[in-house]
Amino acid sequence: MINTPDPIVSLVITIIYCVGVVTFVFLFVLFSNWLERKVSAHIQDRLGPMETGGWHGWSQAIADAIKLLVKEDIIPTAADSRLFRLAPYIVFVGSLAGFAVLPFAMNLIGSDLNIGVYYIIAVSSLVVIGILMAGWASNNKWALYGAMRSAAQMVSYEVPVALSLLVPVLMSGSLSMQDIVQNQEGGFWRWYVFRAFPFSLISFVIYFWASLAEVNRTPFDIPEADSELVAGYFTEYSGMRFAIFFLAEYGNMFVVSAIAATLFLGGWQPILPALKFIPGPFWFVGKAFALVLMQMWLRWTLPRLRVDQLMHVCWKIFLPFSFANLMIVGLWTVLAKK
Amino acid sequence: MKEIRELNLALGPTAEKWELLRNASDPFGERMTLQMGPQHPATHGVLRLELETDGEAVTRLTPHIGYLHRCFEKVAENVSYPQIVPYADRLDYVAAMNMSLGYVLTVEKLMGIEVNERVKTIRVICAELNRIASHLIALATNALDIGAWTPFLLLFQEREHVLDLLEELSGARLLYNYVCIGGLAFDLPEGWTAKVREFCDYFDPKIPELNDLLSNNKIFIERTGNVGVLPPDIAIAYGVTGPNLRGSGVKWDLRKDEPYSGYEAYDFEVQVGTGEMGQVGDCWDRYMVRVREMEQSVKIIRQALDRLPEGDVKEKIPRSFNKMPVGECYVRTEAPRGEIGFYLVSDGKKTPYRLKARSGCFTAISALPAFAPGCLIADLVAIVASIDIVLGEVDR
Amino acid sequence: MTAEKISQRLLAAGVTAEFKPTTPDPHLEIQREELLQVALLLRNDPDLAFDSLMCLSGLDWPNRLEVVYNLFSFKHRHKITLKVRCPKDNPIVPSVAQIWPTANFHEREAYDLIGVRFEGHPDPRRILLPDDWEGHPLRKDYQPPEFWHDIPVTVQLPTAIDEGN
Repeated sequence: MINTPDPIVSLVITIIYCVGVVTFVFLFVLFSNWLERKVSAHIQDRLGPMETGGWHGWSQAIADAIKLLVKEDIIPTAADSRLFRLAPYIVFVGSLAGFAVLPFAMNLIGSDLNIGVYYIIAVSSLVVIGILMAGWASNNKWALYGAMRSAAQMVSYEVPVALSLLVPVLMSGSLSMQDIVQNQEGGFWRWYVFRAFPFSLISFVIYFWASLAEVNRTPFDIPEADSELVAGYFTEYSGMRFAIFFLAEYGNMFVVSAIAATLFLGGWQPILPALKFIPGPFWFVGKAFALVLMQMWLRWTLPRLRVDQLMHVCWKIFLPFSFANLMIVGLWTVLAKK
Repeated sequence: MKEIRELNLALGPTAEKWELLRNASDPFGERMTLQMGPQHPATHGVLRLELETDGEAVTRLTPHIGYLHRCFEKVAENVSYPQIVPYADRLDYVAAMNMSLGYVLTVEKLMGIEVNERVKTIRVICAELNRIASHLIALATNALDIGAWTPFLLLFQEREHVLDLLEELSGARLLYNYVCIGGLAFDLPEGWTAKVREFCDYFDPKIPELNDLLSNNKIFIERTGNVGVLPPDIAIAYGVTGPNLRGSGVKWDLRKDEPYSGYEAYDFEVQVGTGEMGQVGDCWDRYMVRVREMEQSVKIIRQALDRLPEGDVKEKIPRSFNKMPVGECYVRTEAPRGEIGFYLVSDGKKTPYRLKARSGCFTAISALPAFAPGCLIADLVAIVASIDIVLGEVDR
Repeated sequence: MTAEKISQRLLAAGVTAEFKPTTPDPHLEIQREELLQVALLLRNDPDLAFDSLMCLSGLDWPNRLEVVYNLFSFKHRHKITLKVRCPKDNPIVPSVAQIWPTANFHEREAYDLIGVRFEGHPDPRRILLPDDWEGHPLRKDYQPPEFWHDIPVTVQLPTAIDEGN
């Protein structure tokens, strides 16, 4: 992050940054859990949490977190206990590692890798291993089903995700997240989503839907389908381990929204150049948050797709469109340079 | 999987078919047996489905019931006829008015009692209100199993209005003990008919809303159209009745074809599945038949309210049930989940000699192994949701 | 067709079908050896066309067991009730599950609760009670076991109140 000559100071600043990010993740998860319950309640014509903590139940999420932490830690006897214990942490690490390259502001980034986009796509696939471990180690046929479905879904949807993310990379000529954000300077019409109109918009839309599949949200939440598989791959998990899965899911939601915000919506750039006095992190978190809200809205409106329909959508609809899009934008970039 | 489904339908319901499916080749040993156990969010009660799956496709399905058996028939042999009415309510607890109406009509046929018009009309109103409430549950849980969370809560909200009406009438929200042999327990409270009319006006625009939200939703159609096709000949052979039979295109409704309790005087249409979003007899058809039946129920309620005559609802209730005529009869009525039939044998004493309740869900579950195999597990959930079972009726 | 006419039709076809004018629903007594023949006749004859078995019940009388079939025809809209008797020491009745598949579950229930065994049934096991239950509960002389798998079995049936209503 900040490279001072003194390695100890560098290390201390890095640790502070890491702690800050993890705290941010925890706070964000608590807040978005509460918000999801409120959003779902209002969509369903009811109120949601109202009691805990007074005003609209704002501490409901904290109360739930405490409840999960004090629960009994149950490990099924016939479960593979080492894998069972390890799985939640791998899933959490997979989602937390993405935060290292998210640019919160001009100077606020964990590590400005010059292959930032590549790193993020690679590291978010780690989650699949954790899910498979969880499903297998639970020794529960339904958990296994959930894990297999989830693995198939995530691996398939990596392809449209990567192809759509390549469009801003093509347009900016760099894989580094900070470079991509800096190339979108100047107001919302300069954001990549509006630049090679309408192709980058299509890319954005495809990325948004494919990222819904990456985080197992409705309409792609067949791996956690409540009404079929009880809870899918984390059926057998309770208490703190379940809390970690939960953290990982919401963290992932933020990461994929943040990637969309960075690559397509201008990251920490303000909407109009005149509003530069409002600090970068506000814009960044605000844009990512708007997308998270969109994800929540979709969850409570749409039914879920079946596994084969999901695969059909990925391979026969998203993939051809994102390929075609990429080629057209590539052509556009070459022609624009001339 | 298409082969297994075709094999299933082609062989017909014989013992050889079960054997052939069971021994169908599994060279790599990939078949997995799992229990969609008695405790499962999608089985609508305590139903155990033993599945044999090849990957995601279900190759064999064996339902196991009996987890909710509450010895209704044994109890009926030990208590007197009016005491059985609350037990009859608890058969299909979601549509209790229809259950007790069916039982009461059986006893009235045995005793030769003919009730007056007011009683008949009020019974029709209660049965149709309960039909709306029951279909709302069916549709809400159907949506929930497909993954749409919101319609569940919205439809239950509508159901609250119906339950409020019935609570005002009989004192209970779910299990009424209201229809009596020879009449009704209470007359209508003051202002009740106005409230029912208000409810009908309130409910009319809700059905197009539901259609916008769910019925015409592309994802819902993908999940339910062409899934779980129940051919009409298999439906009739296995004794499937009610909306499940009508969803397969058979125009048969006991309210029109064997009218009871004054139904012949009402003008309504029998809703039949037409295969709009797939094939005739798929899950979407069964779902849509229920939606449209709710509209027709509102129509019937309005007509019943218009023609509600004056009278005494308790005038034909027998003084004593100690001496009953000797005989036996079988009476069936159209409950929301199918046909509920009561076979009653009386030997003159004050308790029945034998009372057998034949429910629509019992036969619907028996038909599952005939048309469900060949689908995916996710489809199986959609199919079980669309045939709308309540285990209280199945296990009695 | 009325029940009398149906019984005459069956008699003409050579099976014993005694018409019994019970009220309010009359029924036909069929011999258990001829049951399959009668069933096929009732289903396949175009004037009878009983394609739907509405209900199948088992009954326990003091000296015999009985199986009652309520049939219905969608084509002609007529109904008929058949009764088949069998002695308690040899309670075997041919199964009509191949003819009317509705009977599959209903016969299993009759076996489970009354104890009538159906010969030729594709899946003859108990349906409502656990597979290893002993006894047939709907019999009038049924005594529940004391324990089932170490769970005490207590039966407390409600009693009839004297005056109705």
